[in-house]
Amino acid sequence: MDAGEIAVVVGPNGAGKSTAMKALFGLLRLRAGSVRFDGEEITALAPQARARKGMGFVPQTDNVFRSMTVQENLEMGAFIRDDDISGTLNEVYRLFPVLRDKRRQAAGELSGGQRQQVAIGRALMNRPRVLMLDEPTAGVSPIVTRELFERIVDIARGGVAVLIVEQNARQALELADTGYVLVQGRNRHTGAGSELLADADIRRSFLGG
Amino acid sequence: MTDAVNADLVNAVVLLANFVLIPATVYGCQLALGALGVTLVYGVLRFSNFGHGETMAFGAMVTILVTWLLQSWQVGIAPLPTALLALPAGIAASAGLCLLTDRWVYRFYRRRKAAPVILLVASVGVMFVVNGLIRFVIGPDDQVFTDGARFVVSVRQFKAATGLAEGLAIKTTQTITVAVTAILVVWLFWFLGRTRTGKSMRAYSDNEDLALLSGINPERVVAVTWIIVGALAAVAGTLYGLDKSFKPFVYLSLLLPIFAAAIVGGLGSPLGAITGGFVVAFSEVLLTYPYKKFLSYLGPEGWRPDGLVQLLSTDYKFAVSFGILVVVLLIKPTGIFGGRST
Repeated sequence: MDAGEIAVVVGPNGAGKSTAMKALFGLLRLRAGSVRFDGEEITALAPQARARKGMGFVPQTDNVFRSMTVQENLEMGAFIRDDDISGTLNEVYRLFPVLRDKRRQAAGELSGGQRQQVAIGRALMNRPRVLMLDEPTAGVSPIVTRELFERIVDIARGGVAVLIVEQNARQALELADTGYVLVQGRNRHTGAGSELLADADIRRSFLGG
Repeated sequence: MTDAVNADLVNAVVLLANFVLIPATVYGCQLALGALGVTLVYGVLRFSNFGHGETMAFGAMVTILVTWLLQSWQVGIAPLPTALLALPAGIAASAGLCLLTDRWVYRFYRRRKAAPVILLVASVGVMFVVNGLIRFVIGPDDQVFTDGARFVVSVRQFKAATGLAEGLAIKTTQTITVAVTAILVVWLFWFLGRTRTGKSMRAYSDNEDLALLSGINPERVVAVTWIIVGALAAVAGTLYGLDKSFKPFVYLSLLLPIFAAAIVGGLGSPLGAITGGFVVAFSEVLLTYPYKKFLSYLGPEGWRPDGLVQLLSTDYKFAVSFGILVVVLLIKPTGIFGGRST
């Protein structure tokens, strides 16, 4: 992926999208193939080490510290940094204004969409060069989904490469520079998001017409 | 109304304060400190540590030994008990014991992701070993190691000052217990809420996987937790020994009210541990106190209730803790401030 590129991985249930993403981050072991970051081979690195290199990962579930406040969640996102984090904190609050209002509230009390914002903000606090999102709009209402995707475009415009695994295939592919359609663990189609959307076959088989 | 009735009312209040309020508050502080140690281990290390009572005893034992050493050197801080000077040694020893048992016992099971009940059984083993070690070193008898002024306010001083029939005494050890507990609680909440290490402990307790993803070092969190737990145990054990006396077996029986306190308040919640400590302490004292004299002050002149008006004999103290435990586990197992259930 290039800096600022948005790549989306779609496919039917059980195709292995989340599995692939977890393997990319090092949460699952690879049996074949390799992961390269900035030209460097990182297949053997542990997830914490990959985070330190500049990879950010937002899991699908259990992605916030529910008993801690929004601000504390963001502080934990910047745990491995030892410089002043207030600049990044303000950036995150600018991206997600509602988080500034609720920064002293426990993350577990927020709505699903707001919790997703906390989760993404937490990953952004580490200033990643690649941000990986595992089904960020799962269980989120359509309006909030659209807002989330707009924020994701903003993040990418900031120079961060964004990789998204999504069920909401149509909306995700609309803003994707590159789309990958996974079927039964194999990458079946690759192309620009708009190309994949335009292909009638793909639309019918994987995107529900 | 009449002076006699007013005097009776005041006497009744003083009586209750002396035999219920003050002892229950002191006992509540002791239980709170013990429950804080248990709840921290449960929250961060995710198992019920049955060896905590013996950790308290071990910390108290080392404090006693150093106290005797200091006393033999004629070193003292009268009117405060010399044990307070020796306490840092007890804290260091207790923290060291916790770190060692983690390294030699618990880490083995943690690496294998063993079920919490296995760690619980292992902690019972640790309890027996440490208990044996303590009896080996200091012997199975009672040890009294209090010195310094006994009373802040003695019964005689109180009666002279107020002219009341009922006396009220405040022992030095009681004041120290309450003061030290307050200081430790304030410090603990500051540490957990405002320092980076404290927040990382809370994060690790909240969501282990996400904490690891955030780069939090699990071994460091575990080590800091054990050090704090060891320190709390040493202080709790020493204060209890100062207030009553040091008996190697008494800490075993304190395990029940301590766990009841931690569970009532909600395992994993420090605020819960403190609240639970006072709930259990006050329940125990209120339910086993003979109210005969208190009621006779409140009733009409010359009337006295038959019998002691004691709901439960003091022999049944532990039945109160046990009863509270059963009720909480049946009705609301997560406790007052609880998150995870047992």
